[in-house]
Amino acid sequence: MLDLISDYFRALYENTGWNFVIFYEQYEWDRFVEAIRVSLELIVSSLIFSLIVGVVGAWAQGSPVRAVRAFMAGYIQFFRNTPPYVQLLFFFFVLGNLTPQTDMGGYYEPMISNFGWAVISLSFFAGAFNVEIFRAGIEAVPTATREAAESLGYTRLQSYIHIVLPLAFRISLPALNNNLVNLLKTTTQAYAIAVPEMLYTLNQVWSDNVNVEEMMIVLFIYYVGLVAILVYGMHRWEMRMRVPGYG
Amino acid sequence: MRILTSFGAVAAAATLAIGVAGSAHAAAKGNARFQQVLERGKVVVGVKADYKPWGFRDPSGALVGMEVDMAKDVASTLGVELELVPVQSSNRMQFLQQGKIDLMIATMSDRSDRRKVVGIVDPNYYTSGTNVLARKGAVKKWSDLKGKPVCGKQGAFYNKIVSKRYGAKVIAFVGNAEAKQALRSGKCIAWVYDDSSIMSDLSSGQWDGFEMPLASEDDNPWGLAVPKDELNGIWGRFMSGMTYWWHASGRLMDLEKKWGIQPTAYLRHMHEKFSYEHGHLK
Repeated sequence: MLDLISDYFRALYENTGWNFVIFYEQYEWDRFVEAIRVSLELIVSSLIFSLIVGVVGAWAQGSPVRAVRAFMAGYIQFFRNTPPYVQLLFFFFVLGNLTPQTDMGGYYEPMISNFGWAVISLSFFAGAFNVEIFRAGIEAVPTATREAAESLGYTRLQSYIHIVLPLAFRISLPALNNNLVNLLKTTTQAYAIAVPEMLYTLNQVWSDNVNVEEMMIVLFIYYVGLVAILVYGMHRWEMRMRVPGYG
Repeated sequence: MRILTSFGAVAAAATLAIGVAGSAHAAAKGNARFQQVLERGKVVVGVKADYKPWGFRDPSGALVGMEVDMAKDVASTLGVELELVPVQSSNRMQFLQQGKIDLMIATMSDRSDRRKVVGIVDPNYYTSGTNVLARKGAVKKWSDLKGKPVCGKQGAFYNKIVSKRYGAKVIAFVGNAEAKQALRSGKCIAWVYDDSSIMSDLSSGQWDGFEMPLASEDDNPWGLAVPKDELNGIWGRFMSGMTYWWHASGRLMDLEKKWGIQPTAYLRHMHEKFSYEHGHLK
């Protein structure tokens, strides 16, 4: 892959001074590819976990048990009221020191890595918003529908899984779409705890090669592209899940 | 074998320049500052106040340190009083440009872009390099870092060195405070940074149980500076002569020892290079 493009980008640098070093030098190319892998892994796992948190949380929010509802309210307040950047630092530096770790001789191998903390923190952060988004969807499902399910003998969980959630999900999708796009962009903040995703890596590349402008351009194109793909996917999903005559 | 380098010629020129002070040539190079220093009977030197042990405040609030001692040498050689002005990395060159100080000895790396702004005097008086701070006994040689997590600061060029040269797994944080906290809590085996800064941390007394175990790599020479237009006048050449004497006499190595700085190969090397054999006098 690099062989195909390296000549072009090397010539571009020599002729115009535009230094896209990641496209012609093996070491920088490897770092760039690794950054793509890490950032995609981070984005996909955060998206999935935040959805799980949202679905489970929205169900727990409607629980008849008061303690569960209070817990959910507390969780949402905590994560919605603190900046994700601060949460990352808090999780990694404070909670990270309280979790078990293995002595490796001179340093400790923590049970949860910085990548792990980034996924946890970002999923819970976006999850708090997802809970509220799903709640809006659930509340939009007519009471009559729920009562109908109940009268057919559905338990609360069964009715949530089979009746309420499928309808609520469709209503929630536009807002969910927004929040997931936000989450995707927020993953760049994981650079604060040294997760080698794209911003972290390109920051190091431009420090080493003094090519800030070029790497900024790459960074922009990368995220514009990723968000475009996500939005396209969500849009397709929305279309496929459309129930004719509903909503 | 001791080598008499071209610097000998510079030192000779410095002596000569002092001898011909006031001549048309020397005046054209700008000697106003040097005259002022002698007339007011005081030399104003910019030093660091927050960089132990080069320039810092002792418990009484007085500025002390290796570079402060160097400033004292300058004043006593000139036979004038010494006034110390604390400067910071971000403003030290401006202090010199604006005439607030006559001389700057403030842990400044010698770089070509800086030479365009202030008169950096040859030879360099010290050098710093890449090193690591680690728990005592954890790291013994550079190759011990292979495959191990090493903390660093984002954007520092040391990161690439240790990962490329020694295969360390660099975990770089936004600032040094975070990186050092990560080292303290054992998230990495070492913190890679500039050796002078690490020494500064070690001498702060907050790093008991830690050490700087390796031989520094990648020399990054430090330069003291005079105002740019005085570099080739009396003042600049006088400081060249001072620096030469500091190296040749072993004064810098003594100061290094006095302030508890790990002896650097650079100073030893410069000392050997600049010492005359004086064989012809015997």
